[in-house]
Amino acid sequence: MSKFIFKPYEEMTPEDYATIGFKSGLEVHQQLLTEKKLFCNCPAGHYQDKYNAEILRHMRPTLSELGEYDGTALMEFKTKKDIIYRINYDTVCTYEMDDTPPFQINEQALDIALEVGMLFNGYIVDELHIARKQYLDGSIPTGFQRTAITAVGGHIPYKDRTINLIQMSIEEDSCRETSDIGHKRIYKTDRLGMPLIETVTYPEMKTPDEVAEVNNILRELVRSTGKVRTGIGAGRQDVNVSVEGGTRIEIKGVPNIKRIPLLCYNEAMRQWNLLRLREELHARGINGETFNANYTDVTKLLRKTAYQPIHNAIIQGMKVNCVLLKGWNGLMNWQTQTDTYFSKEISDRVRVIACLTTLPNIIHSDRWSETIAAADWKNLRKVMNATKDDALIIVWGADDDAEMGAKEIIIRAKEATIGIPSETRQAHWDGTNGFERILPGPERMYPDTDLPPKPISDERKNRIRSQMPERIWDRTKRYLEIGVPSDIVRDLRISKLANLFDKVVNELNISPKFASVALIQFPKRLKKMRLSTIALTEEVYFNIFKLITDNKISHASVFPIMKKIAETGIFSEEYIINLKKEEELIKVIERTKLIFKDMKINKAEKRDDLFICFLMNELRGTADGSLIAKLAKEILNAEDK
Amino acid sequence: MSEIMNEAEAYKGYRGITLEVLKKFNALVWSEIDVETIDGSKYSGLILPRSETADANHIVIKMATGYNIGVRAEKVASIVVNGRKVAHYKIPEKAFPYDKGKPRVKLFGTGGTIASRLDYRTGAVIPAFSPGELYGSVPELADYCNLETEKLYGVFSENMGPEQYIGTAKAIAKEIEQGVEGIVIGHGTDTMHHTAAILSFMIQNSPVPIVMVGSQRSSDRPSSDAALNLIHSVKTAAESNLAEIMVCMFGPTSDMYGLLHRGTRVRKMHSSYRSTFRTLGDIPLAMVDKNKITPLRQDYKKRRTDKEFKILPYFEEKVGIVYYYPNMQPDMINSMVDNGYRGIVIAGTGLGHVNKPLYPALKYAQDKGVAVYMTVQTLWGYVQMYVYDTGRDMMELGVVPTANMLPEVAYMKLCWALGQTDNLEEVKRIMLTPVAGEITEREPSNGYLIYQGGIPEVEEFISKFRK
Repeated sequence: MSKFIFKPYEEMTPEDYATIGFKSGLEVHQQLLTEKKLFCNCPAGHYQDKYNAEILRHMRPTLSELGEYDGTALMEFKTKKDIIYRINYDTVCTYEMDDTPPFQINEQALDIALEVGMLFNGYIVDELHIARKQYLDGSIPTGFQRTAITAVGGHIPYKDRTINLIQMSIEEDSCRETSDIGHKRIYKTDRLGMPLIETVTYPEMKTPDEVAEVNNILRELVRSTGKVRTGIGAGRQDVNVSVEGGTRIEIKGVPNIKRIPLLCYNEAMRQWNLLRLREELHARGINGETFNANYTDVTKLLRKTAYQPIHNAIIQGMKVNCVLLKGWNGLMNWQTQTDTYFSKEISDRVRVIACLTTLPNIIHSDRWSETIAAADWKNLRKVMNATKDDALIIVWGADDDAEMGAKEIIIRAKEATIGIPSETRQAHWDGTNGFERILPGPERMYPDTDLPPKPISDERKNRIRSQMPERIWDRTKRYLEIGVPSDIVRDLRISKLANLFDKVVNELNISPKFASVALIQFPKRLKKMRLSTIALTEEVYFNIFKLITDNKISHASVFPIMKKIAETGIFSEEYIINLKKEEELIKVIERTKLIFKDMKINKAEKRDDLFICFLMNELRGTADGSLIAKLAKEILNAEDK
Repeated sequence: MSEIMNEAEAYKGYRGITLEVLKKFNALVWSEIDVETIDGSKYSGLILPRSETADANHIVIKMATGYNIGVRAEKVASIVVNGRKVAHYKIPEKAFPYDKGKPRVKLFGTGGTIASRLDYRTGAVIPAFSPGELYGSVPELADYCNLETEKLYGVFSENMGPEQYIGTAKAIAKEIEQGVEGIVIGHGTDTMHHTAAILSFMIQNSPVPIVMVGSQRSSDRPSSDAALNLIHSVKTAAESNLAEIMVCMFGPTSDMYGLLHRGTRVRKMHSSYRSTFRTLGDIPLAMVDKNKITPLRQDYKKRRTDKEFKILPYFEEKVGIVYYYPNMQPDMINSMVDNGYRGIVIAGTGLGHVNKPLYPALKYAQDKGVAVYMTVQTLWGYVQMYVYDTGRDMMELGVVPTANMLPEVAYMKLCWALGQTDNLEEVKRIMLTPVAGEITEREPSNGYLIYQGGIPEVEEFISKFRK
């Protein structure tokens, strides 16, 4: 193992990431814009906090082929949670509650998924097999997610190389967690069952920044179809990170791409530092075989402690366990992530597995001050037979939970002598991550016996292919070539109005520059003025552009007309200001000139420019700007002569 | 012959073009392959057997990610076989612990999968049934009893019939003789109430609980009701004081408690809900959860230590049930009579009515000595044939009202009665003499509770108590 020591985030270079063997892949989830859910006829995208009823379920692990619970199953079974689902009649039917078998798959959603698969250059499957993917955390009431592969393989261009995709699937979205306290976890069910696609890349990204950049491309590509949902929670990603000698760790449900680099950095650091911790343990002679730990009930010993959390626990009749880790002195303070230490790995496990969700849920001898009294620590050392080389960890809770907590502390500590446990981890706001659950393996997939395989005909594939949008990288190139301002290209290429853009450019001969500004910048300007752009439908836009083509309005009239429509919510002929004829314009210019003459102008050399500006204000929207400028210049020139 | 068998096994489920293609490349099921198609697609994975009911055009491949996909056989350009990985169906067993302080409970299997395990590689659901297998999947069972199991049949619930009813009754009798302390019968849910009814007539005065159980969600899924139903039923068989023939299934859809329904008053009321079984026209016998059994009434038969029960395994197969509808033509009844049916149960409208044009057919049945009994398709309430002339006319034609017997229960009872005697008067006596609560003297007002959703007070109730 390299002696590399992690630097602060800003100082890490691509070479540093190469040194530690950083590798990352993405699983990008994107909700589809459909009217209904994937396997029932409930409306999709209606979020509500109100609920009419609650349902209680428990998730029971099914044994694996070897007759043993697999890691995730074991953990979830240990946690023994009451799972409560909150049901709103408007958004959930008996299907989501798992009291009715699934209906046929939503064809609209499947079409979108196939289209995206084609955009990614994937092989579209001939026959769709709906699988059940087990989730024992309760996030789906059935205990599994219905999911099916729509495309295999595929690739996207990135920098001077390609990023390869493993597969793409269509699946139903899960519940939103409301709370998870003690042995009770509560879910909202409105999002449950909404159609979602998941795109999985190979771990081909070599730095944290690359992960975010590739994610952006993937995100924009699906958005360019105009058939996916946008907004908070509509796109989420799982980021897989590993370093040389480490383990694939999945950071779940990252909502914002901008946060990815820091999350990757911290996870890479965590893995690197855990590998260094293993070296340290081995150097101390602690390995999988020599690892030595035990725990004892110390409730009595601590019954008089003034340390509030333990004091309160004992008053409530709870139990306090003390865990001894032989030879571990100081290692609870071993840094894992930014401002985060190995004790957090322990505390996380205790929180999730033993359901001890009130923090702090442990204290330890490596940070003994401000906890129990020094004398208590001393007594504990005596009772536990601990030397100064050992570490003590205290955990408290209801009998079963305190037992589970103590056992889990020993399990997690022992894992450190072996390496990095396979886990899924949750993203925290500060860029660090915390334990969520053990990473499940491919064994958790099995066919859905409720729905037969579904052939995907060549006719269907051809129909979708013929309507497929241009890929964003091709679009980008074309837009730049025809003169769309580069700052607008980025938005236009994923805009729902991209098709309209091509139509007005081609059919109405509107300049690409103006059309893109009007379709992308003007609505933004209106939104800044807190106006709604709902009334500005594609049809309305088209009619406005047609007025230009028909010479009824000038380019300059477009924004004022849009503003009127946004204000009133309707399009009216009255908003059209008729174009002035040349004679009329000349009259106005002459008249304005007289007024302008009496005005004081400080900089004489700017006089003509100012005059034109002045004129423009007078005439805005009544004539084409270039025509006004031309006429004004002619008049000024005539005067000069 | 054996070669053909082997080929069927080697290319399991494949036929037509898929079979040709697989044979061409010598790609047997369970082969690890790379396949390439004529349009340039490439897939890698394991060839799985094909379901017999699926079409003959696609080859199923399980990929490394665990997902399956189908590849159209006619598009296959090449298949390279890299190895083989045969799945073997085996359920891990753990010896069911014996505790001499615990009661002996017998679990009979009839074919419904109350407990099963999943073969992840194939997706096949393998029924778990031996005590060891059950202990492997539902270890909590050992908290209540020493479990023994016996597989009587392997049929779906809809294929249960006279042979199975009689066989099951005899098997129960044998166990009671041998001093078992409780019996659990695993059964598919669709016709569980039919079986519960006929067993209630065939086994009378049982000294021990006889509990029927099944599941609405298969046990290979984490949210299944199977394990909890099994725990509830085993607890009831082992510990309860209820020496009745009962159905034990979820009370609410939530994982909270089961209900013990009397076998003659229970009916499956929803095609898929977990809480599908309801007691009709009465209240259930008891509630059961992991920790306790709570009787809801006191008039149940108590557990005894004697062996003085009766077994009456009779069944006449030529009995039918007719669900009356307006515009029913007399030939519906006539054809049954002409086909030698000895008994007909009618599920009539309202208080037990059919239309006038059917009268000649009823007369014909009466003349031919066919036993005709009236029940109500409203399910709740009594047949009341004295209220309207129609009813009185029909009684004149020999139609016998069956009080508040449920149609399926009346059907089972008529099969049972006609299995014992040809004497229609005797049949009538048997039919109208309650044996196991199939006819009750009174209907308590809380025996009919179907709350109507949307009403404010109902919604308030639902929001407070989980369903």
